Amino acid sequence: MSTPDLVADAVVKRFADHVAVDSLSFTVERGSFFSILGPSGCGKTTLLRMIAGFIAPDSGDIAIGGKSMQGVAPNRRPVNMVFQQLALFPMMSVGENVAFGLARRGMGRAERVKRSIAMLERVGLGSAADKRVDELSGGQRQRVAIARSLVLEPTLLLLDEPLGALDLKLREHMKIELKQLQASFGTTFVYITHDQSEALVLSDHVGVMSHGRFEQLGTPQDLYYRPQTPFVAGFVGANNRIVGRTTETDGAVAEIATTDGWVVRALKSGAIATGDAVEVFVRPEVAILARSAAELPPGQPHHAGDVQSVLFDGANSAVLLQEARSRREFRIALPQTGQFSDLKPQEKVMFSFDPSRAVCFPARTGA
Amino acid sequence: MRDSRWHGRLALGLLLAPALLWLGALIVLPHVDLAVLSFRERTGPRVYTPSLAQYKTFFAEPLYWHVFVRTAIMSVIATFLTLLLAFPIAWIIAKLARGRAGSLLFIICLIPFWVSETVRTLGWMILLRESGVLPALLVKLGLTAVPVELLYRDATILVGLVYTSLLFMVVPLVSSLESLDNSLIEAAYDLGAGGFSILRTIVIPHAAPGITAGCIVVFMLTLGNYLTPTLLGGKNSQWFTEQIYTQFITRFNWEQGAAFGFLLLGLSTALVMLGLRASGQRFGDVMRRT
Repeated sequence: MSTPDLVADAVVKRFADHVAVDSLSFTVERGSFFSILGPSGCGKTTLLRMIAGFIAPDSGDIAIGGKSMQGVAPNRRPVNMVFQQLALFPMMSVGENVAFGLARRGMGRAERVKRSIAMLERVGLGSAADKRVDELSGGQRQRVAIARSLVLEPTLLLLDEPLGALDLKLREHMKIELKQLQASFGTTFVYITHDQSEALVLSDHVGVMSHGRFEQLGTPQDLYYRPQTPFVAGFVGANNRIVGRTTETDGAVAEIATTDGWVVRALKSGAIATGDAVEVFVRPEVAILARSAAELPPGQPHHAGDVQSVLFDGANSAVLLQEARSRREFRIALPQTGQFSDLKPQEKVMFSFDPSRAVCFPARTGA
Repeated sequence: MRDSRWHGRLALGLLLAPALLWLGALIVLPHVDLAVLSFRERTGPRVYTPSLAQYKTFFAEPLYWHVFVRTAIMSVIATFLTLLLAFPIAWIIAKLARGRAGSLLFIICLIPFWVSETVRTLGWMILLRESGVLPALLVKLGLTAVPVELLYRDATILVGLVYTSLLFMVVPLVSSLESLDNSLIEAAYDLGAGGFSILRTIVIPHAAPGITAGCIVVFMLTLGNYLTPTLLGGKNSQWFTEQIYTQFITRFNWEQGAAFGFLLLGLSTALVMLGLRASGQRFGDVMRRT
């Protein structure tokens, strides 16, 4: 096992009235793509800026490539950052932007030009070296920003929501491109985002961050299929959330009743006793929709509902139901078979879900 | 359609009228008259003939062009010193001070300008003259044995000129530094640049139009300043505007004074153009971006 490229050890950062990063420890292996996912204000930008060296942690240590970074200025760290607004230098050409870091290292002009052109070629912009930055499209600028950092062969590349400023189509495209770039360069990427889809698609490991702490750290599959906290369940991917109290907790699966009388069953996560307040999460694609109870898989509890609206979105189409008894909203992904393409609002339908694929957590205080 | 276009032009004309009137009546007309004056010679009582005699006198008389060159050099030095002093101030106002502190600093720069230039300069004289505050302080501190006359020195003139011009440099610098995105500085820092290297490669290229605009304004104000060099420099000041004043008022030689005026105009134009050429900027860009 080689030394991890990034080790954070009990890193704390306080601002005047709140703790931005709360005793955080984690490790990022060499060559991996690590994402920090969290809503705005969760402390992820603060964490990234501490790794880059723009702010110093109040306590704890950050080690990059096995060396402690305490007291090391940003321009002396083996780390480069792709900024949210890219921060390309408008006063320089594309080639000069890429060569900037090499020039600061005192590399000769000829070598600098050679390397920056080679790097631009690797990101598919070989002919753009003499262009001005404002002549490039959004996606090309993105690639220049990455090339400008990667040409320095950093141990760690930090990316601060670099896709945030792009429109949807380009964002989807750049997601794939980023993943391919990371694979071909083999550099360790640390990526922060509030977009769970970016984190899931790109990363080898994701830390879900909230209020300065990691709620869960794991592979995208772990986060999606085995969330460990209600926050992760609610934040990563779409989820139906049902709040109620347990009525029966023997075995792995608990029975939960809502205040308005809807009874569901879900896998227990954490210590749950009968009568506890819990939050149940059911993914839209876990539930099965049917026009009659006979079509539902046997052995699963049945639920009835009325169609409230059909949310057509190609492969991501879903239907929004109201459960018959509680009138609570419940979202179910529509199968791609076209079986429900004639579904109409107000229509009465049945649905069920496998209790072992739904999960319940002790309710969060204040949630 | 045609009507509305005509209306548009009329409105534009009316809006521009005061400015054009001002420009025409108070700047172009007097200058035309001065130009005519400068190209004639008095050959007898009330008899004038066209000639280049006024310009010839300027070149023939070493005092005149000596003062001319001295004024130009001193103005360039004063402009440069103002830039050196104003840049950190502008940086603090634009980048380091937040919210109220920034405006407060700006007001501190502005406050001296509520007092007339004459009064401010007389204030300097009270501080610097032989029997003034500063020489007395120097004696008290034991730095000098006897009070030293601090007035009537070139350095004193420069101090006065820089002080008078500071605000006109700070304003364009602040506006051009404020528009510099902080993430560019961070990005440069992140890519391995140190403080000086960031200043040279990022900050100065970005602020160049502001720097140029400030330098042009300060240089022109300094070159054409009369009060400060005269009061602080006394007889030693040898500022070219004094020569013009002398010709017009003391010697009553309007022809010579007019020629000097045009030489000064030519000098300021030439030096501004030279400065723009040297810094690779265009006048239009500079004026537009500030």
